[in-house]
Amino acid sequence: MGDKSINKHYFPLATLLLFFLFSGTALLAQHHENKSDENWEEEVLEQDFKAGDMIIEHITDAYEWHILTWNKTHVSIYLPVILYDQGEWHVFSSKHLHHGEESYEGYHVAKEGFNGGKLVRTDAEGNEVRPDYDISFTKNVLAIFISIFLLMWIFISVANSYKKRKGHAPKGLQSLLEPLILFVRDDIAKASIGHNYEKYTPFLLTIFFFIFFNNLFGIIPFFPGGANITGNIGVTGVLAAFTFIITTFSANKNYWVHIVNMPGVPWWLKLPLPLMPIVEIMGMFTKPFVLMVRLFANMTAGHIIVLGFVSLIFIFGHIAPAAGYGVSVVSVAFSIFMDILEFLVALIQAYVFTILSALYFGMATEEAH
Amino acid sequence: MQLINPGFGLVFWMTLAFLIVLFVLTKYAWKPILASLKEREDSIEDALQAAEEAKKEMAALKAKNEELLKQAREERDAMLADARKIKEQIIGEAREKANKEAGIIVEGAREQINSEKQAALVELKNLIATYSIEIAEKVLKQELSDAKKQQAYVDKLLKETQLN
Repeated sequence: MGDKSINKHYFPLATLLLFFLFSGTALLAQHHENKSDENWEEEVLEQDFKAGDMIIEHITDAYEWHILTWNKTHVSIYLPVILYDQGEWHVFSSKHLHHGEESYEGYHVAKEGFNGGKLVRTDAEGNEVRPDYDISFTKNVLAIFISIFLLMWIFISVANSYKKRKGHAPKGLQSLLEPLILFVRDDIAKASIGHNYEKYTPFLLTIFFFIFFNNLFGIIPFFPGGANITGNIGVTGVLAAFTFIITTFSANKNYWVHIVNMPGVPWWLKLPLPLMPIVEIMGMFTKPFVLMVRLFANMTAGHIIVLGFVSLIFIFGHIAPAAGYGVSVVSVAFSIFMDILEFLVALIQAYVFTILSALYFGMATEEAH
Repeated sequence: MQLINPGFGLVFWMTLAFLIVLFVLTKYAWKPILASLKEREDSIEDALQAAEEAKKEMAALKAKNEELLKQAREERDAMLADARKIKEQIIGEAREKANKEAGIIVEGAREQINSEKQAALVELKNLIATYSIEIAEKVLKQELSDAKKQQAYVDKLLKETQLN
């Protein structure tokens, strides 16, 4: 009975791991630089360790998922590049970009500037321009899909255990997640929205767990974690946009009256110069904008600090190996401290994003009083 | 700067992925989970309410029992009081009757005594009369011889005729 239940529980996990292993080996390509192995150490020492570049590389999106470098051999998952530019589709593997060193089909990865890290082409004037549409399946996209796959797997299995264990106390994963679900439902949705909270609870639960889960995954330093999803402004922007769209579309008359003609405000703030309406309309957009920036900045900042501490080891190690070892103790201690803090931040930011979204829904659906 | 430049592709894929996860989780996870939680809360609520009602019912039952007990006690007390009254009444009546009867008996006895006394007196009178006559006869007989002897004789006779 014990063996059987263990098999039942771990079978999906094992399948998942096998899936990643196989898809990984299929995608993995070991890439050797055409340089002799003997003097790579010297070269490494000759190269300046640029902490800033390393950190930026770790917290931004990429066309390949770089897992590790072993004796000059890069182990990466090469992801497909999909571009639509000047009426043409360009689909190729990011392997051809040689870790951003070379260009392929006229496109190369910009080194710096606003488009840094993204594929660009050089136009007639010699400027780097972005392709019209770049829908490449990047590192963050893969990480998002892995995370939503895991989220769906976890919560559907939890839902099944609710069906299976009807009328019983929760057990296992179910009892781990139930307090969080109840927290979102009772303390976020019900407390902030009021009587018609039920309509919004699924969305709030989804963003809460999506953010929380990806925040946690971002702390794990290696594959399949390590992608800075919730610290990417595009991702937080999409989440904030969903909040904005739902707020705007579920807004009732009272909400619009408050925006256009705020009651209880002196008339001269509305006429002839509509100061209050302008402020209110700006407020409609600044609220989701702040949501986007807050999550992005918090997660990115946390990652930068941890990576900064780790970089210290290499910076000091570059000066003298002994200094590197010496600093490593302090650095690791601080990194651990930051990771624990990040764990807290992961939960807090998920909570803040969710409760603010719920508050905006509450404002939009509040009845006149 | 590149940090705040959202990639179009990422936004596109993120929107797609988020719509998928929102749809799938809403349909296959949140709805069943929230429904189960609500169902469980309702059942707990019902159970608590039922317990409360049962408690109330118990209290009512207890109150009723006490009322019944009180009533029974009162009835018992009333019965006892009644019985006592009846007892006293019976005793009183019996006493009265006994007294009356005793009176009658005593009266009868007295009458009988009286009549017997009367009879005795009559007899005594008759006896005295007889003795008187006898004494007178003997005195008259003695009178002929001596006055002194006559007197002594009368005394002697009187002594002999003691009233019993």
